[in-house]
Amino acid sequence: MVNTPDEIWTLLRKVSDPEIPVLNVVEMGIVRDVRPLQDGWEVDITPTYSGCPAMDTIEADIKQAFRTAKIPVEVKTVLAPAWTTDWITDEAKQKLESVGIAPPVGSSLDKRTLLGAEVTVRCPLCKSEDTRKVSQFGSTACKALYQCNTCQEPFDYFKCL
Amino acid sequence: MNPDVAYLIRLGDTALVAGQRLAEWCGHGPILEEDIALTNISLDLIGQARMLLDEAGKREGQGRTEDTLAFHRDVFDFYNLQITEQPNGDFGCTIAKIFFLSSFQFVQYKALLESEDEFLKAFAAKSLKEVQYHVKHARDWVVRLGDGTEESHTRMQAGIDQMWPFTGEFFGDDDQVEETLSAAGVAPLNASLEAEWMNIVDTVLAEATLTKPDSARHFKGGKSGTHTEHLGYLIAEMQFLPRAYPDATW
Repeated sequence: MVNTPDEIWTLLRKVSDPEIPVLNVVEMGIVRDVRPLQDGWEVDITPTYSGCPAMDTIEADIKQAFRTAKIPVEVKTVLAPAWTTDWITDEAKQKLESVGIAPPVGSSLDKRTLLGAEVTVRCPLCKSEDTRKVSQFGSTACKALYQCNTCQEPFDYFKCL
Repeated sequence: MNPDVAYLIRLGDTALVAGQRLAEWCGHGPILEEDIALTNISLDLIGQARMLLDEAGKREGQGRTEDTLAFHRDVFDFYNLQITEQPNGDFGCTIAKIFFLSSFQFVQYKALLESEDEFLKAFAAKSLKEVQYHVKHARDWVVRLGDGTEESHTRMQAGIDQMWPFTGEFFGDDDQVEETLSAAGVAPLNASLEAEWMNIVDTVLAEATLTKPDSARHFKGGKSGTHTEHLGYLIAEMQFLPRAYPDATW
């Protein structure tokens, strides 16, 4: 049986991100490419952060999904181009906000933020823009901790990368 | 050893030892958020080390992997910058160390974006983004503590003074490895990075009302295997399990 690329992408969309289960690995921009092999498929994945501990789990989950579908697969990790939050789809950003994680604001860091400038992050609960950063580093490598000054909700912010 | 392999191992060892040292803060941070921040930075550094050592092993072609390089070399075969092996000291000292080192990595990785070597270029693009957050985090604390209370100012200044002598090694120790790679457009001469680094340091120290030390920055030699007494203890702890159980797998 020969699968089409569409079928492969559909299969990959069933694999959720282990740390943000509301998103799948395709929406996260982790899956970069799929290519047919003589027997089965090769899937390129890229790490969000260099030390992201979820990468091994993601690779295992993808292999499991293919095993269940009885399609041979090889998973390859690629570094370039480097993963960026710009690859998270708009739909995925809405999903993030709906589960209480503020999506990344704007695109990757510039020199200003390096020396202290801050971005405005909207509270995912009450949508107030009056929020403050509690810590640059949060529950996972890709998030920062924020709190809303209006409704007091503490929340995760998905950092721009 | 080929210059590119040596260079990859130098960068990899610096990231690895810095990450391992920082991980000692796990469970000991002054507040929960900071505990998480320091270990997040540690995790990024260890992730960077894995990529670099993995690539170094492949290029060397003698069967060494990221694990053999990390766990089966002895202290004088490590080529990390000496600042990374220094004890954490108090929080101010740790922050000073992260600030100096990550600002250096920032300018170094930025220069590597122009590398003729596809791996180094990709590595730099990936890791620069993380390092920017490290600089930002450390910079925020340097300013907050430096321009804080009398106590926090004194201790932040002490951290800066203590780590300062190790920063000369960032720039003053170019040898055949950097010279060869620089001529080939693969990596910058570290000496060429000093002005930009100093500019960041001057800006932040001024904002933090801290004084830039005028003491000599005399420590060097890490990149050719000369180390302070502290590295051996760190490595002994890091390597214990794979040395005691050589067949252990993840």
